[in-house]
Amino acid sequence: MGNLTYLALLAGCLIVTAPLELVLRVRVYARWRRLLLAVLPEFVVFVAWVLYAIAQGHWDYSGERTLGLRFPGGIPVEEVLFFLVVPVCAVLALEAVRKVTGWDAGYPAAPDESLGSSADRGAESGRGTEEADR
Amino acid sequence: MSYSTLAVIAVVGVLVVDLAVYRTRMVMRRAFWAAYAIIIVFQLLMNGVLTGLDVVTYDPDTVWGLRIAYAPVEDLLFGFALVTLTLASWAAVNRRANTARRRGLDTDTRRSSTR
Repeated sequence: MGNLTYLALLAGCLIVTAPLELVLRVRVYARWRRLLLAVLPEFVVFVAWVLYAIAQGHWDYSGERTLGLRFPGGIPVEEVLFFLVVPVCAVLALEAVRKVTGWDAGYPAAPDESLGSSADRGAESGRGTEEADR
Repeated sequence: MSYSTLAVIAVVGVLVVDLAVYRTRMVMRRAFWAAYAIIIVFQLLMNGVLTGLDVVTYDPDTVWGLRIAYAPVEDLLFGFALVTLTLASWAAVNRRANTARRRGLDTDTRRSSTR
């Protein structure tokens, strides 16, 4: 059971944030191509950082709390997954804030965001009218 | 380079990317800080478990020594860099895609007449 500690934490992150997509309908997973593109720089930079840190002995991973599967360079499978799961959760959090508050995050609302049901459009006060000329 | 040094460089680096490279200016936005406030709570929880249960252990020579919820304070800088780089990239990708799509919609009539 102990070997699953790290993996269970990652699964927990995905489960806790799932309602943002399923209930709040932030459409993050729905925009999966953009999501992959946005996660890519973070993934490259931080995996490189971890490989350097492991090589330098900055930190180490427990053999008992991880599956024990390691990629070349000694990076555990869970640590690689961490750099995919955590950024996805961060994007979900940002989109949830944006959806609930309507605060600007520096990019126009996707045209398809206003193509939802009329109920959706009502909830996103103002955002619908922006696209009314369509 | 120690973990501390790298963590500081990472924070400066993502600020440069956000403000000067992408020009997404996420760190100047309320929406970003509200999201970050939520994220940091979960980070402290998850990192607390990871370091409290010794899933990850640190070489004492490579960190300052100050710990918050079991984890070295450097982890907060690491987390900030990770989250900021991701959200700035997400904003940049969406800005580009949504603006392009709008332009496409604006020129709908012209495009369809050439088809």
